[in-house]
Amino acid sequence: MSRQPYMPIALVVVGLALLPLGLTSNTVLNFLAFAMIITLAAQGWNILGGYGGQFSFGHAVFFGTGAYAMALLQVRFGINPWLALPLAMALGAGVGFAIGYLSFRARLRGSYFALVTLAFAEVFRISANAWGFTGGAAGVLVPLRIGAEHMQFADKRLAYWLALTFVAATLALTHALSRSRFGAHLVAVRENEEAARALGVDALAVKLKAITLSGAITASAGCLYTQKFLYLDANLAYGPWISVEALLAPIIGGLGTVFGPLVGAVVLLGLGEVTKTAFANLTGGAIPGVDLVVFGVLLILCVAYAPRGVLGLAQGWLGRLKGARP
Amino acid sequence: MSTLLSVQGVSKRFGGLTAVDNASLEVVDGSITGLIGPNGAGKTTLFTVIAGFEPATAGTVRFEGRDITGLPAHVRAMQGIARTFQIVQPFAGLSVRENIAVGAFLRHKARHAALEQADAVGHQVGLGPLLDQSAGQLTVAGRKRLELARALATAPRLLLLDEVLAGLNPSEIRDMMPVVQAIRSSGVTILIVEHVMQAVMSLCDTVHVLAQGRIIAAGPPGAVSRDPAVIEAYLGHGAAARMQAQDIRQAEARGRNPGAHHA
Ligand SMILES: Nc1ncnc2c1ncn2[C@@H]1O[C@H](COP(=O)(O)OP(=O)(O)OP(=O)(O)O)[C@@H](O)[C@H]1O
Ligand SMILES: [Mg+2]
Repeated sequence: MSRQPYMPIALVVVGLALLPLGLTSNTVLNFLAFAMIITLAAQGWNILGGYGGQFSFGHAVFFGTGAYAMALLQVRFGINPWLALPLAMALGAGVGFAIGYLSFRARLRGSYFALVTLAFAEVFRISANAWGFTGGAAGVLVPLRIGAEHMQFADKRLAYWLALTFVAATLALTHALSRSRFGAHLVAVRENEEAARALGVDALAVKLKAITLSGAITASAGCLYTQKFLYLDANLAYGPWISVEALLAPIIGGLGTVFGPLVGAVVLLGLGEVTKTAFANLTGGAIPGVDLVVFGVLLILCVAYAPRGVLGLAQGWLGRLKGARP
Repeated sequence: MSTLLSVQGVSKRFGGLTAVDNASLEVVDGSITGLIGPNGAGKTTLFTVIAGFEPATAGTVRFEGRDITGLPAHVRAMQGIARTFQIVQPFAGLSVRENIAVGAFLRHKARHAALEQADAVGHQVGLGPLLDQSAGQLTVAGRKRLELARALATAPRLLLLDEVLAGLNPSEIRDMMPVVQAIRSSGVTILIVEHVMQAVMSLCDTVHVLAQGRIIAAGPPGAVSRDPAVIEAYLGHGAAARMQAQDIRQAEARGRNPGAHHA
C-alpha cells in the first residue's frame, strides 16, 4: 500500500487543471467543463450504485433538483449563487433521503429500486413541466450577470476549474469513503446484505447515508449546470439523458472505483463528440441522437468484454505486462 | 455457571408450516452446546430467530439476561451474537481479508485496526495463506472457514455455528475441531448445529435434540445418543425397539458362542 494514498488523485487533478492553459478553443473548454459536470453527477451515482450496489435509473431527480433549486433560489428569492449552491445540495440530499426512506424501508432492491427511482425522476420532470413556480414548460432563465460574485465567469477556464474543484473534492471524498468503516459496510451491503447484517451492519442506515450523500453530490452537478448554461427546463434538468449518463459513466469507467466516473465520463463524452462531428462531416448535417447510439454500443461492449470497466481492462493489461516480464 | 442464552417457548411458523414448535433451551456461559436433529427439524430456523433474522411467532429470546426478542439482527451482533450461514454467504467480490475485515469493523473504527484484527482472525482459523485471495475462489472448506472467521472477527460472546463441518472431508474435519475448541478456550460460548456425530460427541458439553420443531431431548451427548426418543427421531418409528432387540440378539449370540465376536 502506498504511503501517500492521495498522490494519484493529486496528480490527475493537477494534470486536468493544467489542460486549458495551452488551449483557447471555446469548443474544447466547453467540452471540458461539461465533462466535469457529468463526472460529478456520475460520482454521485457511483457512491450509491458502484459502492452500494443500489442501481438508480433516475439520478436525474437529484441533478434536476440541484439545477432547479440553484436557478429558483436566485431568480425567485434573490439569493446569491454561492449560498444557493450549498442550499441546493442540501435539498438534493433531502430528496435522496426521502426516496431512500420510502424505497429501502419497503425493502426494494435490484430492478424494483431502479424502477422506483426512474418513476420518481419522471414525476419530478412532469411536475416541473407543469408547475408555474418552476417556470412550467418555458423553463427558467437565470439573468446574465458576469462576475465571480455571481458565479458567472467571462473566462471559460474559471467555470471549468470550479467544476474541477468539485470533482477533485469528490475524488478525495470517495477515496476516504472507500477506506472507511462506512465504505466497508456499503460494499458489504452490495455484496450480500444478509451476511452484512449478521456482522452488525445496519443495512438500512448504510443505504440511507449513501443515497443522501449521492443526492447531494449529483445535485451539485445540477447547480454547476445551471450556472454554466443559465437556462433550464424540465427535460434538461429532470430528463432521462442525465440519468443515463450518470449511470453509464461509472459502468464504463469502472464501477465502485474512485476514478471510474471520471474515466467513463471522458470516454463517453469524448466518443460521443467524435461521432457527432464525424457524422456531421459525412452527411453534411447533424444527426440528433447519434451519440446515444455510441453510448449503447459502449455499454454492450463493456458488459460483454469489460465488466470492470475501462479501469479494470487497464489493470488487467498492466498485470499481464508485469507478469510477462521475467 | 450462568446462562448466556435462554430460548423460552419459541415457535416459528411459515404460513401453515410450523418449523419451530415451542422450543426452549439454555446455553451455559463458556460451553459448547450442540443442537442436533434430523433434516428439516428446524435447527437453522431456530438459529435465524436467535440471531434476529426472522421474528419469532411466539416465545422469547434472552441474552445475558436481557430480553432481545424484538431487536434487529445488527443490534444483536453489536451485543455479541454472531452467526454463520449453513449456506455460505461470502462477499464474493472481495478478498478473504476484506471479508473478515467487515466483521472486524464492528469493534474497530480505524481501517488499519480492522485489517490487523482480520489478519489475526484469518490466521487463527487457518486462512492465513489465503488472505489476499478472492473469496469467490475459495474451496468449500475455505468458505466454511471464512464464515467462521467473519463471525469471529466481530468479537462475539456467543457464536452460532450452523454446520461449519458439513461438506468437509475427514481430514478437513480433523483440522477444524481444534480450531473450534480453541475459540471456546478463548472465552467464546458456542452453540453449534452439526450432523457430524463424531464432532458433536467430542466437542459438546450438552446437546439439545430438535425433531419436527420440538426439543425432544437434552443432556450430555453420550446419554442423548442412547435416548430411545432420539434414535426414533433419526431412524423412524420403532427403530429404538428394533435396535434394542438386535442388541439383545447379539448379546445372546455372544453368550452362546463366547469369543466369536473377536475371532
Ligand atoms: N423461509 C422459509 N419459508 C418457508 N419454510 C421454511 C423457511 N425456512 C425453513 N422452512 C422450512 O422449515 C423447516 C425447517 O427447516 P430448517 O432449515 O430450519 O431445518 P434444519 O433443521 O436446519 O434442516 P437441515 O439439517 O437440513 O439444515 C423445513 O421444513 C423448511 O422447509
Ligand atoms: Mg439447517
